[in-house]
Order: sequence, then structure tokens, then C-alpha cells
Amino acid sequence: MKTMLRIILGALVVFCLGMGPAQAREQVKIVGSSTVYPFSAYVAEELGATTRYPTPVVEATGSGGGMKLFSEGPGMDTPDISNASRRMKKSEYERCQKNGVEEVIEVMFGYDGIALAQNVENPPLHLSLKDITLAVAREVPQGGELVENPYKYWDEINPDLAHREILIYGPPTTSGTRDAFEELVMEAATEEIEAYNGEYTQIRSDGVYVPSGENDNLIVQRLTKDQDALGIFGYSYLDENRDRIQAAFIQGVQPEPETITSGEYPVSRSLYFYVKVAHLDKVPGMQEYVDLFISEKMIGEFGYLKGIGLIALPKEKRDEIREKVEQRDLLALEDLS
Amino acid sequence: MNNSGNTSSRRLYKRYRAEKRFKSLCILALCLAVAFLVTFFATLISKGYSAFRQAELRVEISFTEQSRQMPLAAVGDEVRYLVSRGWLRKVPRMLKENPELMDTTQKYWIVAEAEVDQYLKGKANKLRPKQQEVLKRLEAEGRTRLAFNTYFFLNGDSKIPEIAGIKSALIGSVYVLFLTLLFSFPVGVMTAVYLEEFAPDNRFTQAIEVNINNLAAIPSILYGLLGLAIFINTFGVPRSSALAGGLTLGLMTLPVIIITTRAAIRAVPDSIREAALGVGASRWQMVIHHVLPLSFPGILTGTIIGLAQAMGETAPLLIVGMMAFIPDIPGSFTQAATVLPAQIYTWSSSSLRAFESRTAAAILVLLVLLLLMNFLAVYLRQKFQRKW
Repeated sequence: MKTMLRIILGALVVFCLGMGPAQAREQVKIVGSSTVYPFSAYVAEELGATTRYPTPVVEATGSGGGMKLFSEGPGMDTPDISNASRRMKKSEYERCQKNGVEEVIEVMFGYDGIALAQNVENPPLHLSLKDITLAVAREVPQGGELVENPYKYWDEINPDLAHREILIYGPPTTSGTRDAFEELVMEAATEEIEAYNGEYTQIRSDGVYVPSGENDNLIVQRLTKDQDALGIFGYSYLDENRDRIQAAFIQGVQPEPETITSGEYPVSRSLYFYVKVAHLDKVPGMQEYVDLFISEKMIGEFGYLKGIGLIALPKEKRDEIREKVEQRDLLALEDLS
Repeated sequence: MNNSGNTSSRRLYKRYRAEKRFKSLCILALCLAVAFLVTFFATLISKGYSAFRQAELRVEISFTEQSRQMPLAAVGDEVRYLVSRGWLRKVPRMLKENPELMDTTQKYWIVAEAEVDQYLKGKANKLRPKQQEVLKRLEAEGRTRLAFNTYFFLNGDSKIPEIAGIKSALIGSVYVLFLTLLFSFPVGVMTAVYLEEFAPDNRFTQAIEVNINNLAAIPSILYGLLGLAIFINTFGVPRSSALAGGLTLGLMTLPVIIITTRAAIRAVPDSIREAALGVGASRWQMVIHHVLPLSFPGILTGTIIGLAQAMGETAPLLIVGMMAFIPDIPGSFTQAATVLPAQIYTWSSSSLRAFESRTAAAILVLLVLLLLMNFLAVYLRQKFQRKW
């Protein structure tokens, strides 16, 4: 008992000595989107493995959560970089300004396609944005008025489609992929349909659209078991699982690196990270991390990030970004729409 | 007479029947539980066992000025994209540390690219037909092998699946558990001793008691929020550090330790206390010399079970920022660290197929560790248990 007490006391003393005063930061701290996380972590690892800087810490907090931490202030206990699978919101920019994070560089480094996929054994599926919207919307127009969505089979929406049950596994409301899907598919389609009176993004909750958690691997597994179902997830999951799933054609185009880069494939979004300029010269390795990230070696057409599912920007845009970072071109409120 | 014997034997028969029914229901429940457990382990083992072996290729490495600058140039065209980039990028550092290697060629068994690994294990892969031909030839020449996956245990996390390992997460888990123990054990035991041996029995201590029991049952994520508010925002403990995680899990483990310690202290018979006080010991002496040593096995068992719970926890750690990509081994308690369950979670959501088996393997490692801790708890209880 006595020795036990002594051990505990000794450990406490050692521990208190080890704590010391709060040290200056040695590691770059990165927070934000879980879609950007694999790319960001890949670059971080490369920096740690090939330079004398320690590996930056990359935390997947979600785009919104990352922005909140990033905009908390200019202090060294706040993150240096925030990843986002969407553009910074005006309100987030204003919060940055209010809290003293005045100088921010916006870096758009690539695209992510959102695929609508099905079991590989099915015949190819051609859908329009309107078909998809009518399949998932809570209410649909009938005779000029909105009614509760009655569609159970695809051929009820569009007679050209097969008589097949509508069943869609997709991301839950907390996910950035869901936001992007609502914006790129539903908003785009409902703007054209008069009965909606503008944009409409409500998704039905009668069991036809099944929110399936944040883990896209689970949706892929569902599709291998359920032939009727469709799944919504990021391009990288499609690319890794081509032996068991295939993408639907949307407006006649399948998600491929070329069609996404060129903008032909309609359901794709840009990926960003935001850099806190006040930290750039203070945190060792931060400038190097940013430079490595936007180097051709990483985000180029044949860059390493392509291997894990990033879709490259066109050449001019990549040069533009590098120019922008070198000039430390700051983000202004007018840039955000 | 005959008649009543008949009814009683009928009643007896009925009672036996009821007993049999009840027994078979219990057996059914047991079978169900066992079936779940067996399926769980069977899927994990069948998915995870392959990750303990890793494909390697016998490859010639030429150390030249060119390969120092462009590591990919160190191997022949044919196998350039079949061997792991994670190995090749170490070439410049190898040259720096061993300058005598310059301008030589050496043969090594080098860890293969994840797709090659998948191919050699007969799983889905993205290799092109030409690359598969090359591999078939290498296989015929005996230049491929599946070796024990040492990387899995000796490396930290990586986004390159073939060199990804669990070492940094394991060490992070050890740090966090150590801090949890350091914080919750003394506080928990002293609280329990006070409540059992010194505190008067009044409304106030009763209220404390009810609250402690209640705290043991609240969802763990609330401790994460509490930890964020107290340790990180108020005391300025660095986010993502083992210290933040350890203190937060310490809060979570505290009620478990208090409750088990109180039960253990209560199991010490009063005759021992009376004897100690009777020969003139003070209360403090009675507690330190007699009650605590006697209840120690119980306290230890409770503590280990509490720690095992803390080890498998992810939700509160998510809030204090430990769910992150941290491949470096933390050098101190204030540096960023991650823990095994957090790494399992991030691996499970990776799009790369090669992580599927690694996730299962990491889960197996975690399960084995938890099993060992629980065995230790049982062993200590058996060994030190006293009967009065």
C-alpha cells in the first residue's frame, strides 16, 4: 500500500514537471470537412515524411465545425487552416472579421463529384436532374399544385424508365454531401418547375429516401446486396468499388475525372481550404504545407491526390491558385456570394 | 385417495413441464447471444486476418544522385508503381544516413503497393492487365511473398494503406489511460473513503450519492462537452492532446471507481474496524492500515473495468479533438495524440478498399487488449480475495 502511494505521488510529480509552461506551437493544426480530410491528411503525411517539419494534425470536424473553430480568433490556440467541401459563408466571413481573423486566403484545390450509383449487375440507368428531384422531393407538382410525393416506381415519374422500385440510400442532414446534393440537384431542377415557386430542397421521409449515416462504405455495401437501390456518395467511393457498383448517367453524363473537370457532369462541387495569414510566418511548416498541397505533384492531373479520388482543376486554374497564394491574395466579402 | 394422488401427480407433471419450458427458453437466449458473438468474431477474423500479412517484392534499388532527388527513379520502370511509395520516399534519408550506399545497387524485400497486396491475396484491385502480367512473372521467379505485417505494429497512421499502422494510436491510448488512472483513481478512492468512513448520513450526502450513481449512467458524449468547456476553454489545455483526452475520460471513469470502491469498502466487516479502534487506532489509521488494504482487490477490479470502458470510448474524444490524423508518436502529454478506437473509426470511413481488412485487424487488436484487461481484473480478484 505504501509503495503504491509512493508510486502514485512520484508519478504526479514527474507529470507536473513534464507539463511545464505552455509551449509555442510546433505543429500545424488543420480542422474541417471530412470530405477534404483524406486529401489534407495525405499532404500532411508527405510533409512529415519528407521534410524536417513535424506532421500537421488534421482533424475531421465537418466544414461548419471547422469554420467555427477557425473563426474563433487569431490566437495560437486556434487552428491555422480550415478545410471545407463548400465555400465559406458570408456569416462565417463576418465572424472571422469580428473576432480578429482579418486576413484569410481562400484556396480552391479541386473538385469532388457526387455519384448516384447502383449495383453493377443492373442495366445502365439514365436519369435527368428532374427525375431525381421528383423521386426524392417531399412534395411534387400535380395539376399545378404541390401534393405529397406519391411516386413509388421510377416509371411513374418518367415513362421511359424501367418499372423499378424507387429506393435511395443517401447522406443524412448533417452531411456536407447532402447539402451539395440539395443544391446541385434539387435547387437546379426545381427552379425550372413552376409549381415549386423557386428553389425547393425538402427530401421525403416516407422510407423511399433512406438517410444512411456518414460512412459512405455502408451505402456501397447496401448497394451490393440490394439490386433495386440507388446510393448517393462521393466520387472516390465509386472509383474504389467499380467491381461492384456503377454510376448512373445524369443528364447523359457519367461522373469521370474528365467530365467533372470540364463541368459537363452537373453534380460536382469545389473543395477548399482557408489559410489564416496571421499564422503563416509564425507556425513552422505551415507555408510549406500550403505550397506542397497546391504543387503539381499533389493536385496536378497526375498528382498523388488523384490516386485517392481527387478531381483535378483545369491547368489555368491551378496556376491561378499558386499565383494567388504567392501574392497572398486575401479573401474579401465581395468574393463570397 | 386414488383421486387426490392423481391430481398431485398431474400438478407435479405440470410443474416439471413449466420448468422444462423455462429452461429451454433460457438456453435459447444463451444460444442467441452466443450466435451473435460467433458471427461478430467470425466476420472480424475472416476480414481481418489477411491484414496481418503484407505483400513484399524483391526489388533492386539503385542509389544514385538521381534517385536521391527523385526517389521513384530508384527502381526499374516495370515495378515502379508496384512497390510502395511510402518506402521509396525514404531513399533520400537512407542515403543521407549511409553515404557509402551512393552509387551502389542493393536488393531488398520491399513492401508492395496496396493494389498489389490486394491482387496477391486474390481480392478486388485496380491493377491494369499489363501490371498483372508483370506480377505473374515476378511470382514465377519467386520475387513476391506475403510476410508478417510488421508495419502494422511499428508504424503510425498513414494515408498510404500498405504502410499504415497502429503504433501511434496504441501509444496514444496508453498515454490517455495513464492520465485517466492518475486523475480518477486518487480522486475516486478518496471520495469513496470519505463517503463510507467519515461522512455523516444526512440529506446532503444522500443527494451526493444519488448524483454519483446518476452520473455513471449519462451518455459519454456529455463528458466530452464538459471536458471541452472546463479543460480546453477554461484551463487552456491544448486541444487534441492526450492530457485533454485523459482528463475527460477521467471524469467519465470517476463514478465507476467511486461506486465500486464504496462497495468494496462496505464488504469489509465492521468487526475489523471495531478491533482497530478498540486497540486505540485513529480513524485515519484504521482506514489506511486495515480497511483500504482489505478492500484493495475490489477497488483494483473496479478501476480496471472502468479503464477498459475508457479505452474503448470514442464519443467524448471526438469533442476534445482527438479524432484526427496523427501519424507521429506523441512525445509528451501536451502534444497531439489519437487513440485506437478513434483510428478504427477514421479507417472504417476511408474510401480505399485496402483499409477494410486493416480496420478489422485493428478491431481485433483492441478486442484482445480489452480481453486482457478484463482477465487481469478477474485474476486480481481471485488472487487477493479474502473471506471472513
